[in-house]
Amino acid sequence: MSDTGNKAALDRSDSRVRHDEGIGGAIRAFIDRVRSGDLGMLPVAVGLVLIATVFWSLNPIFLAPNNLVNLLFDAAAVGCISLGIVCVLMLGEIDLSVGSMSGVASALIGVIWVKLGFPLPVAILAALSMGALMGMVYALLLTRFGMPSFVSTLAGLLALLGMQLYLLGSTGSINLPYASPLVKFGQIMMMPAWLSYLLAILPGAAMVWFGLDRMRRRAAANLSNPGLSVLLAKAIILTVALLAVVWYLSQGRGIPYMFGLFVALVVIMNYALTRTKWGRAMFAVGGNREAARRSGINVNRIRVSAFMVCSTLAALGGVLAASRLASSSQQAGTGDVNLNAIAAAVIGGTSLFGGRGSAWSALLGILVIQAISNGLTLLNLSSSLRYMITGAVLAIAVIVDSLARQSRASHGRA
Amino acid sequence: MTDPREGAAQPILKLRGVSKQFGAVQALKDIELDVHAGEVVALVGDNGAGKSTLVKVLAGVHQPTDGAIEFMGQPVTLDSPGKALELGIATVFQDLALCENLDVVANLFLGHELGPWALDEVQMEVRAWTLLQELAARIPSVREPVASLSGGQRQTVAIARSLLLDPKVIMLDEPTAALGVAQTAEVLNLIERVRDRGHGVILISHNMEDVRAVADRIVVLRLGQNNGVFTAETSNAELVAAITGATENAVSRRRARKLEEVEQ
Repeated sequence: MSDTGNKAALDRSDSRVRHDEGIGGAIRAFIDRVRSGDLGMLPVAVGLVLIATVFWSLNPIFLAPNNLVNLLFDAAAVGCISLGIVCVLMLGEIDLSVGSMSGVASALIGVIWVKLGFPLPVAILAALSMGALMGMVYALLLTRFGMPSFVSTLAGLLALLGMQLYLLGSTGSINLPYASPLVKFGQIMMMPAWLSYLLAILPGAAMVWFGLDRMRRRAAANLSNPGLSVLLAKAIILTVALLAVVWYLSQGRGIPYMFGLFVALVVIMNYALTRTKWGRAMFAVGGNREAARRSGINVNRIRVSAFMVCSTLAALGGVLAASRLASSSQQAGTGDVNLNAIAAAVIGGTSLFGGRGSAWSALLGILVIQAISNGLTLLNLSSSLRYMITGAVLAIAVIVDSLARQSRASHGRA
Repeated sequence: MTDPREGAAQPILKLRGVSKQFGAVQALKDIELDVHAGEVVALVGDNGAGKSTLVKVLAGVHQPTDGAIEFMGQPVTLDSPGKALELGIATVFQDLALCENLDVVANLFLGHELGPWALDEVQMEVRAWTLLQELAARIPSVREPVASLSGGQRQTVAIARSLLLDPKVIMLDEPTAALGVAQTAEVLNLIERVRDRGHGVILISHNMEDVRAVADRIVVLRLGQNNGVFTAETSNAELVAAITGATENAVSRRRARKLEEVEQ
């Protein structure tokens, strides 16, 4: 389909390999990958459809546009934290203190901005710097003293929680002014319709643009191409799906800017992980640390960067949570925030064993977590049941991850 | 800086009195080694003789406890693998040191990707195919994770990676252990090609046939110390004697017994 057939492409000289071409080939390759245990985003996509169907049949309000808009608002803060978790999980490490970190960030906003009266950007900057600093501390404990991140971040969880209580003092919570841009951002700011539709078309257009560029360059370098039909089919499906989502949500309040910010961060992280040298090093260190070291990668620097990104994003999540709740309270970042963030990354398909994952897993995972939490709230179920069900979903996700890993090993796909 | 020994050409790599201690174990003691440009030096010795430790010292993985290393006439400290690679010392490790979760292209270019802020995948894939074809490698796809490759294919990928940066010295630790007959011949051809390009090669192998086929000098290590330098013309018995440390050894006893059996 793509080869003209007069000269074998550089990567098509081995006759033993079946080459999948065109749309049929792409589907066949996909089925093969799933069978061998390379599940990717499939379980989470299936799970999301399943959850939506169940909750919708129990209470049709679940799929009402405005309920979904609220869901997106709620997803952004924990989603941000989860995005950072993807980074540390990628290295086979963990950060258990992200919940407390977000709590401290939210307290810092309240204290520096409202109580001390500094400008808002200063408060946000202070919160983010605090996050970066904490990440640096964890990384140094790991690289200098060999302290497992599991322990150092568990200690950090407690220390940060104490700091949050200290910062808020006896009052316990600080209300943020309702008229301020920060609270508006977290509660009512919606993208205008034209911007939403434009952003829905953009990914498909970018896909075609970069895909064509890549095809041209591959053809020039005498490499094979998967074919134009696959590229166009993917782009069309994506664009139609996104337009449908935007149209449906604009029946309600529209798309929150806050969710847009989260998606933008996911896109940036995805680029960093898949298209930069840093991202390659992250995968390498997670897959085989010694091999990465011997290839000249500065493993410690990569670890520092991962922990710093994680804690900074956790702090940002705290800022977003404060803006969503219009307050900095002692409850911010406690309870299930920690586990939800970690569960979201794992449910989305980032492996706990390191070396496998994607920024998108934070987005899809947090949608699953938030859908469950939202659906159960609509059913008027108590938080006790909510915790149990979320716990079960996390367990299932980890089992799927482990089984897929075993299957990959037996199919030679690590 | 000039070499006092009868004005011989400057060695690329010169080791003097290199020692390495792991706790109570003296893995290497006062190792002397010269590698000249366009020369294949074979490093042989029994298990535990310190060959792999020496390779790791030269690759910057382990730091020597004592001794001096000179590279191109300059004293150097190889304190990290990156430093060794930067100088032009490339290594194919015995365990290959590949990342199984990454594909072949990613492994070849690991740590030295083209386009740090926007990876040039097309260019890297082209380089990967060219390099692999130079080695006459049979890799079905460079976009599959290394986990799906066979032992021999992984070995080829590891060798191809060491050649990527056009190193001055390349060290191969048991490069033919997992290879078939034809691929072994290809690797030996490759070693000669690398030598003819004016690079130094350090080859570690248990296979005396391979060693004899390509080595200009054979350096024997025994129990972490130098135990003689030989040439390819040295008899097998002599080499084995140097490796085991005695003319009366397991190999000679076995041969004698076989001879007796034939005579009876």
